[in-house]
Amino acid sequence: MSLGLNAINICKSYNGRSVLKDCSVSLDSGGIYTLMGANGSGKSTFLRICALLEQPDKGEINYLSDPPFCPPLSEVESRGESTGRVTSENTILRNDMGLKRRMTLVLPGVGIFNTTVLKNVAYGLKIRGINSPAAEEKADKALEFVGLLHKKNHAALTLSSGEAQRLGIARAIVIGPEVLFLDEPTASVDQENTEIIEDIILNLRKDKMTTVIIATHDISQAERLAGAALVMRNGKITGKAF
Amino acid sequence: MIEGITKAFSLIAGLDLELLSIIFLSLRVSGLALVIAACAGLALGAIVSFSRFPARGLVITLMNTFMGLPPVVAGLFLYLILSRSGPLGFMGLLYSPSAMVIAQSILAFPIVASLSHSAIVNVDPIIKQASQTLGATPFQTSLNVMREARYGIMSGVIAAFGRAVSEVGAILVVGGNLAGYTRVMTTTIALETDKGNFELAIALGIILIMLSLIINGFLHAVQRKGMVKTTV
Ligand SMILES: Nc1ncnc2c1ncn2[C@@H]1O[C@H](COP(=O)(O)OP(=O)(O)OP(=O)(O)O)[C@@H](O)[C@H]1O
Ligand SMILES: [Mg+2]
Repeated sequence: MSLGLNAINICKSYNGRSVLKDCSVSLDSGGIYTLMGANGSGKSTFLRICALLEQPDKGEINYLSDPPFCPPLSEVESRGESTGRVTSENTILRNDMGLKRRMTLVLPGVGIFNTTVLKNVAYGLKIRGINSPAAEEKADKALEFVGLLHKKNHAALTLSSGEAQRLGIARAIVIGPEVLFLDEPTASVDQENTEIIEDIILNLRKDKMTTVIIATHDISQAERLAGAALVMRNGKITGKAF
Repeated sequence: MIEGITKAFSLIAGLDLELLSIIFLSLRVSGLALVIAACAGLALGAIVSFSRFPARGLVITLMNTFMGLPPVVAGLFLYLILSRSGPLGFMGLLYSPSAMVIAQSILAFPIVASLSHSAIVNVDPIIKQASQTLGATPFQTSLNVMREARYGIMSGVIAAFGRAVSEVGAILVVGGNLAGYTRVMTTTIALETDKGNFELAIALGIILIMLSLIINGFLHAVQRKGMVKTTV
């Protein structure tokens, strides 16, 4: 299962300077999108807001379950509350820790923890209460997926930038996110690692289990990866280029 | 002088019983004080790092100021509190090893608190963000940031032990330097030097110096380990 998202009139400013101005976009569940735009246009800001890490000043991020999620009526009534508004075709999910844990964002600098490669990947599982043997098994699979299994016991801070990005992706996919945000995953990465990372993303696309949004400055990469390219300009997402 | 040193070495080599019991008491008092100071100091360091409350700035200033609290002054205040007419006089702790543990905890606590605080706030903010992206709750995020600061925190704990074990003023005042009961390495050195009995003083001095060499060795090892920073 994956999630679709509707961003509605998102506004965000820092120190009185407006970055996002009534930015709206709707992304289908299971789709792969790239997000392009000049430096400082607000791509990272938009991704952080979509990933529910930062609050917009105005506007809403609505996540839609797909297929529609309908709690049994009796359950809703007995709790005296609804888990979300029911729209004509989809349910808008409540913004809480549970929803937050269904998505993840790989930061441009990754933010590697000063421990082994394996423990970095297992972190997201540990905080979800998954025990060590099960976590290690899953982490191994994720590391294999990004081609880093042979380095699982290395100190993570000794990885090269390309390997660090791959570790960031492994650390993200291990939790089985339904939405994956990648903020310039190949910005300081050589040709070979870029190809590896693109292959990883294309592999994710196969099973359509994850909605993927990739911020990038590389237009050819955008063409290689995505069905639709979004462009951030003047605080708005102006369109789907192809 | 030469004779004193020779005798001191023979005391050490012969595992003199009095010497051993003094060393053991020193380590027990300072070790216990360290456990208390480390728990309390780490808790306070974490609180001022992660939460915002009105008197936070004041607490940080006090923490930093009390790092340099003169031990004898700490001893004086504790004496006033523990003496028979003091508020805690009924507990009868004055001139006991417990009083010395309390005194050393008070001296070590601000060091742990202050150094943990600076280790925690110096963790790259991206660690906090990355933890959040992976679904960590605020509490889990804080724990992860503290884990990232672990080498800095350990340095603080080691430095605090160094201060506790080498301090003389506070434990002299509240411990009373009673032979076989509250006499530890530093107070013995002070007393025996006063009496002109140098060999025991020198023997203990050598051991204290060796101890601080070991502590410093640990400190360096920890700091070197914390410095494995590369690419990214
Ligand atoms: N936390 C913040 N505090 C203050 N200003 C911020 C903050 N985050 C972003 N900004 C500002 O918002 C604007 C948009 O930044 P953002 O990082 O979203 O752009 P970007 O499109 O990702 O750029 P790049 O292509 O360089 O990564 C910039 O002018 C930046 O200085
Ligand atoms: Mg950016």
